[in-house]
Amino acid sequence: MTDIPNTFNLDGEPIRFEPGETILQAALKAGHFIPHLCFSPEFKPHGSCKLCIVVVNNRTGSSCAMKALPGLEVQSDTPDLNHRRRTLLQMLFVEGNHFCPGCEKSGNCKLQALAYDLEMFNDHFTHFFQPREVDASHPDFFLDRNRCINCELCVRASRDVDGKDVFGLAGRGRNSHLVVNSPSGKLGDSTFAKGDKAAEVCPVGALLPKGQGFKKPIGARLYDNAPISQSFGVKEEV
Amino acid sequence: MNMRPPMKKLKVATASLSGCFGCHMSLLDIDERLLELAKLVDFDKSPITDIKECGPCDIALIEGAVCNSENVHVLRELRKNCKMLVAVGACAITGGLPAQRNRFDVGDILERCYCDMPGAQTRVPDDPELPLLLDKVYPLNEIVRVDYFIPGCPPSGDALWKYLTDLISGRMPRLDYQSFRFD
Repeated sequence: MTDIPNTFNLDGEPIRFEPGETILQAALKAGHFIPHLCFSPEFKPHGSCKLCIVVVNNRTGSSCAMKALPGLEVQSDTPDLNHRRRTLLQMLFVEGNHFCPGCEKSGNCKLQALAYDLEMFNDHFTHFFQPREVDASHPDFFLDRNRCINCELCVRASRDVDGKDVFGLAGRGRNSHLVVNSPSGKLGDSTFAKGDKAAEVCPVGALLPKGQGFKKPIGARLYDNAPISQSFGVKEEV
Repeated sequence: MNMRPPMKKLKVATASLSGCFGCHMSLLDIDERLLELAKLVDFDKSPITDIKECGPCDIALIEGAVCNSENVHVLRELRKNCKMLVAVGACAITGGLPAQRNRFDVGDILERCYCDMPGAQTRVPDDPELPLLLDKVYPLNEIVRVDYFIPGCPPSGDALWKYLTDLISGRMPRLDYQSFRFD
């Protein structure tokens, strides 16, 4: 019996992986970018944003949830998949209020950076303009649910790293929204603190530190000069 | 004789609906390239001309979202007369920052501004000369069909120049990474 090498093909290039890794984990480790929003290498995969969609042996799936296996033929950077990703981004944009010109996260935002990288010229769909609650009760942080994309990174960070269980999702369908685990439902009444892991994981402008906005000059922000597909390992300095 | 027929100059109309005129300022920000643009196009109805009614045009550049009845009228007028309608800037594409009023009741906002503020008058202006506000601020593509979108708040002069010269010369418009901005 011969050993089968632990590699699969991503857009024609061989990617090595450790047994048990997902396609997305292995690709990112090897320096190959697959667009993603709800995935972070530090946390368990979530599978809500669907941007990491790939075609594996002619079947479509989320690369963050599919295990890498020897010899898989994976397609990611194709016009069809990028078109689908653009549609997913447009759905996220119309579902919330993503007024980038007035958002403190602009230039450092993963959602925006992916929209740039995939050349999303418009939002295409009818905007929801849902009135969602803004929570500014915490002394150091505020929560703008209108920008939240329900990626649950803060939920996972608070539960798995901080051991606090501050955040969760409630409601169903389009009413699904982020809630705070405190008697009043307010962030200020929870055990959330500014040193928490959950305080730094939000990929968009939903959970932001107070009194910190617009610190970086335009041109020096995270995604100002290089697209996210070329700078995905870089972290925002806080 | 092998004479090239004189190139027909394209006609361009521009309008600012519920905009801040920043996108028009960005258009002026192409600086001396305006002279080149003037060789390529003639301006029809626009804030920079004195033409009141829009004639048949090739390109309409529209900044600002749709916030009142007059905006709807102007938008439909330009859609009817122009072959290509281009939504310019964040307001025209997404509603922009003015759309932050969409979470409030429009009547409440008017009363707050005209009746409740210190030193304000006592009633909401009701002269029929004034266009009524719509219940919400709408992006252009929720009112008429839009052919092209130039993102940015505002798009930079370079982005507008690149996009317009692409359009005028019949290329599929593209923006490089530096020019592709929502903010």
